[in-house]
Amino acid sequence: MTLPDPFYREKITTAQTATPLPRLLLSALLAALLFTVLCGLVYPLLTTAVAGALFPSQAGGSLIVQGGRTVGSAVLGQNFTAPNYLHGRPSMTNKTDGSGPAPYNAENSGASNWGATNPKLHDSVQQQLAAFRKENGLSDVAPVPIDAVTASASGLDPDVSLATALLQVNRIAQARGLQPAEVEQVIRSHLINRQLGVLGEARVNVLSVNLALDALQ
Amino acid sequence: MTAVPPFQSAPKKASIFSPELMQNAVRASFSKLSPRDQARNPVMFVVYVGTILTAYLTVANLVTGKPWGYELAVTLLLLLTVLFANFAEGLAEARGKAQAASLRSAREDVKARRLVDGCEEIVAGTQLKRDDLVVVEAGEMIPADGEIVEGLASVDESAITGESAPVIREAGTDHSGVTGGTKVLSDRIVIKITSGAGESFLDRMIALVEGASRQKTPNEIALSILLSGLTLIFLLAVVTLYPFTVYAGAPASAVTLIALLVCLIPTTIGGLLPAIGIAGMDRALQANIIAKSGKAVEVAGDVDVLLLDKTGTITIGNRLATKFYPLPGVTEQALAHAALLSSLADPTPEGKSIVALARQGGVDAPEPEGAVFVEFTAQTRMSGVDFGTTSIRKGAGSRIAALAQERGGSVIPELALITDEVSRGGATPLTVIQNDRILGVVALSDIIKPGIRERFAELHRMGLKTVMITGDNPLTAEAIAKEAGVDSFLAEATPEDKMEMIKQEQQAGKLVAMMGDGTNDAPALAQADVGLAMNSGTQAAKEAGNMVDLDSDPTKLLEVVEIGKGLLITRGALTTFSIANDVAKYFAILPALFVTAYPQLSVLNVMKLHSPTSAVLSAVIFNALIIPVLIPLALRGVPYKPMSAAALLSRNLLVYGLGGLIVPFVAIKVLDLLITPLMS
Amino acid sequence: MSAAFLQFALLLAIMTALVVPVGNWLYTVFAGERHTAPERLTYALIGINADERMGWQRYGLVMVMSNLVMLLLAYLLIRLQGLLPWNPAGLSSQSPDLAWNTVVSFLTNTNWQAYSGEQSLSYFSQMAVITTFMFTSAATGFAGAAAFMRGLAGKNGADLGNFWVDFTRIIYRVFLPICFVLALVFVWQGMPQTLNPYATATTLEGATQTIALGPVASLESIKHIGTNGGGFFSMNAAHPFENPTPLTNALHILSMLLLPSSLTYAFGRLISNTRQGWVIFGGMLVMFVGFLLTLYSFEQAGNPILSKLGAEQTISATQAGGNMEGKEVRFGIAQTALFATTTTAATTGSVDSMHDSYTGMGGFVPMLQMMLNNVFGGKGVGFINFVQYLILSVFIAGLMVGRTPEFLGKKIEAREIKLVMLAVLAHPLSILGFTALAVALPEPLKSLNNSGPHGFSEILYAYTSGTANNGSAFAGLSANTPFYNLTIGLAMLVGRYLTLLPMLAVAGLLASKRRVPLSSGTLPTDTLLFGALSVFIILIVGALTFLPALTLGPVADHLQMVYP
Repeated sequence: MTLPDPFYREKITTAQTATPLPRLLLSALLAALLFTVLCGLVYPLLTTAVAGALFPSQAGGSLIVQGGRTVGSAVLGQNFTAPNYLHGRPSMTNKTDGSGPAPYNAENSGASNWGATNPKLHDSVQQQLAAFRKENGLSDVAPVPIDAVTASASGLDPDVSLATALLQVNRIAQARGLQPAEVEQVIRSHLINRQLGVLGEARVNVLSVNLALDALQ
Repeated sequence: MTAVPPFQSAPKKASIFSPELMQNAVRASFSKLSPRDQARNPVMFVVYVGTILTAYLTVANLVTGKPWGYELAVTLLLLLTVLFANFAEGLAEARGKAQAASLRSAREDVKARRLVDGCEEIVAGTQLKRDDLVVVEAGEMIPADGEIVEGLASVDESAITGESAPVIREAGTDHSGVTGGTKVLSDRIVIKITSGAGESFLDRMIALVEGASRQKTPNEIALSILLSGLTLIFLLAVVTLYPFTVYAGAPASAVTLIALLVCLIPTTIGGLLPAIGIAGMDRALQANIIAKSGKAVEVAGDVDVLLLDKTGTITIGNRLATKFYPLPGVTEQALAHAALLSSLADPTPEGKSIVALARQGGVDAPEPEGAVFVEFTAQTRMSGVDFGTTSIRKGAGSRIAALAQERGGSVIPELALITDEVSRGGATPLTVIQNDRILGVVALSDIIKPGIRERFAELHRMGLKTVMITGDNPLTAEAIAKEAGVDSFLAEATPEDKMEMIKQEQQAGKLVAMMGDGTNDAPALAQADVGLAMNSGTQAAKEAGNMVDLDSDPTKLLEVVEIGKGLLITRGALTTFSIANDVAKYFAILPALFVTAYPQLSVLNVMKLHSPTSAVLSAVIFNALIIPVLIPLALRGVPYKPMSAAALLSRNLLVYGLGGLIVPFVAIKVLDLLITPLMS
Repeated sequence: MSAAFLQFALLLAIMTALVVPVGNWLYTVFAGERHTAPERLTYALIGINADERMGWQRYGLVMVMSNLVMLLLAYLLIRLQGLLPWNPAGLSSQSPDLAWNTVVSFLTNTNWQAYSGEQSLSYFSQMAVITTFMFTSAATGFAGAAAFMRGLAGKNGADLGNFWVDFTRIIYRVFLPICFVLALVFVWQGMPQTLNPYATATTLEGATQTIALGPVASLESIKHIGTNGGGFFSMNAAHPFENPTPLTNALHILSMLLLPSSLTYAFGRLISNTRQGWVIFGGMLVMFVGFLLTLYSFEQAGNPILSKLGAEQTISATQAGGNMEGKEVRFGIAQTALFATTTTAATTGSVDSMHDSYTGMGGFVPMLQMMLNNVFGGKGVGFINFVQYLILSVFIAGLMVGRTPEFLGKKIEAREIKLVMLAVLAHPLSILGFTALAVALPEPLKSLNNSGPHGFSEILYAYTSGTANNGSAFAGLSANTPFYNLTIGLAMLVGRYLTLLPMLAVAGLLASKRRVPLSSGTLPTDTLLFGALSVFIILIVGALTFLPALTLGPVADHLQMVYP
């Protein structure tokens, strides 16, 4: 089998004498500087300019502004504890200076990193279960969806499963003086299906539901 | 080998486990325990060091009053592993030596009649030096390898070849080489000694089967590096395991870690590797082939092109008359009659076959009065008979045509047509002339050896290209090539042509093997990657080649290729087997090792071995015992079946890969069942 | 369940469909003769002769030298971060040992992050150091692979190509165009791309939420195309800004696989035997699918300890279930499993979930893949590693057909085996050696976030990730200590250069050998059987070495979870 020789064979030149090391180092330095400018500055700045022109909102962090006030980012979760709001997942983020827990700190994403056998995980889930059951008026043995009692990876997970959302309907309705059906209607209308029908999982964006609930009244 | 072709010399049965060999091998198992011998084999050296360590730990426990039974058991098993590996090597060595010794014994105690300044003196055969001249007469042994410089003799070479028919050896021909230990049956010859005591080919061959002085072959070196690398990797895995188990809260015992290490490193192939290499040489010896280096045998497996002489390899040595072709105006009877008369006194097989053919056709005649037989000579290139005024000659067409013109006759064009036709049919045309009249042509046909066609088909499947070398004209050569099924041919070949062809193939990256005997074959033999010289050939040829065939059997080349391949296959198969074994050994030892730290890991004890101790011991016993179990395979070699590489791979993978995965699971379980009662 | 398999099938089908077009593209990049105008300008600017032909020593030297200079420049920039522009959060410089770890990590394409991005690096450092390195280190890897492939294909050991040409072409013709387009798609899906300072929001409940922003999309696209893996934010691709939707997650996965999988086809073209390329691809794909299904089934099965407490982990119409600790709802188990398998197969190291919180056997898969480091693999290295095992397979199997083993018509002899074994040995030496050191010393154990087998797994994972130049972590380990910064940095260097350089040498040696023509006696390496054999050899030689460690880590961990 004779092989075609693809390696610019015709162009073999006489320049076979290797460049001396200092020359080589100079070339390496010039290359490092050139590619730093090109890949590290020109490319990201150009992308910033074009993206800013095409998708200004997303490029800026999908910030939601209501009445001149930034209330959050559409893609990030935020902490909800009040009974009249849909609650998101437990978040393990810490304060920026690391001095203690600060759920949904968007300046310092973080997770528990507890292994499956870690007793801390066991205890934490036990606590979360008790708290979730208590605030939503469930029995002590009622099964609770796993996402409601486990911490997300980013600490900023904006979503909960439909099951988790639906278990909170009664509490929210009570706190807001609404019919449970109304609340459920809001939640169901904010159900995000699998993207393109197949990708990811169906879910409920907590912030958008809460914005809708607030808008209801 | 499937369907042993009839022309192949029957392999001599040599028992692998004869008591005498066993004794020698057992002795070698112990004598090879010296660190220097052990250091030659990195894999086994690790086991060796491991044995010393466990022995130390046993003694230490004994002294401090701790339990030591398990430690002792592991120590003994590791020692046994080392001994088994030594035994394998020792057995292979012993076989090779026995084989060589039987070849050599013949010429020991032989007295030689050395010629010094024309006078004879009697010396011991072992005192002969290179270039000494010795006289051998009928009934005497030839004292050493040499070349006939004077005379001709029939020689009985059965001592080394096992062939009972005597052969003719003659000075100045391509059959001038003689071997020490063979017997002159007739006549007197003067031999020039070509190798002094201790440097004959046989002596060199013996060095190849002796472990201590044996040089590793290139592939063996590469494989050793691979095995050493694997050993290092597993050493690393086991050494780091100790701190890991400390972390886990249940430090592993050093003895168990050593046991694990020995089980994981490729001891099976590591222990058998030297034996496999030596056994390859043994097999060559058994086939009466003397290799000058282990590398030569190994390379034989890689050969891509075989240059085969037509005569003797593809066709039986002699051509036979098969048909008379009279010229127009001549009857077949007349031609047959003339041919018969010219051949009556011709002793060559061709001559005899002409007589037979004529008689078959009902033509017969007594020898004429006063007939003078004219022998074939290289000058005249024809033979014949003269009686009265009649002169009959037979010979090559061109020569006879010239003779016809000399005698004032004419050459009609039909002659050329007939000669071509005969050639195209694969036969040699022999033209017959009576006085000045050309009568016609006798077709001398080559007889293809039975079974050779199938053999070539096999070679073809193996990916080997066969080239037939012949002095015949291209037409004849092509016809025979086609009939025999060789891939290609070289007609009217001169030694230079052969050389050119070898170089061309090598240029294309191929490895070439050839066989030769004549002095003018020497350059080509040296150029070829595998040059097999016939023992009957000249000294120059034997020096140039890298192997010598004692049988001078032209088909030996095929056997050499198979021996080479078998050698590599055996290594590959046992390496695969050895590596695949590790899976089962892990499943035996790891749960045993870790179950104290994490009791849940007992679910990994898939073989349900009785206890951690019995699990470790069973694995180590298996690891030790598998070596002697595989010795016969290592020594005999995995048989090479002529088939395509892809088919061969699937077959060997199935047997040695899958087998290597499954066998130890079964064996370790059985061993566990066996030793459990012993331990309680 | 079927939805999960549908996703797997869909994404793997798209990956496979892209192999030929992208492979052809890579082939022209590696083999094309024309230099484009920007390339010629570049060569003139940095002052190199683009027509110089380099043997393996020269190629290796130029590669190491260029990397060394980049290392020094980057170290300088990171240490001087406080004095440089685009630092709206006013972040100070990293400590020397952390800076060493960071630059080595990005130089070797590991992207191990002992720091938290939003807390430690300015926008300038994220762009000029991190983003740049993502291009250059990936380009270095691909250049090495290109040279390696030329060696296998070529006839001339003195010509493995020209490092500068390969390096420049890969960046100009492959990375920059793809990354630019991809970055825009990412922004459309909700990824920030801005130099604005961190935003401050007042949440619905009235609390203040500071939102870290930055030029994220431009980093994310090269992060995955170059299989780099270093996140803009601490929680990497789990952070909604780095991975806002399942579509971006899918694009991340495809980006990681795009070039490594196509490289097999480009190789096939280079050696004029695309079948060989497909056999390599097939071997990788089979292992990938096996690992994916293992990981998926263990994670989807969930954590029995939590089930006992009453946490519902079964799939239902209203929830995806599974072991959700450290995972994001939008991805669920299926996409998470696919991402984790991909990121550790393609040695990317980005994560969209916390591997530390996986079940034992769920964590086993990423670790084993990194230990093998050849299931697709990143930036050419996985390919080189796969070929390393092909050579081993050829050697062992070649013997079994009775010939001196040949690979692509070149005989494999002692010198090649020596170098291959060196490369094979480097991996366990670094992973097991450093792990043993860490568990044997008292200080490193203080960094553990978990105890028992899982704690062991954290350390094992760290050195595996470093050596495999992956960069993902069992992130519970507090790895920002001088000990870990130093040793993981070393592991990264060993993993990168002790693989690349010996294999480059192998390619150089093979290129110098005479090609043996094929015959039916030659072991065919482009068949299903041979592909299966090499997978077998990879699993036996590659995996068995690590089995004891894996048993003490993830396996014991898992069994403790199942049988408490």
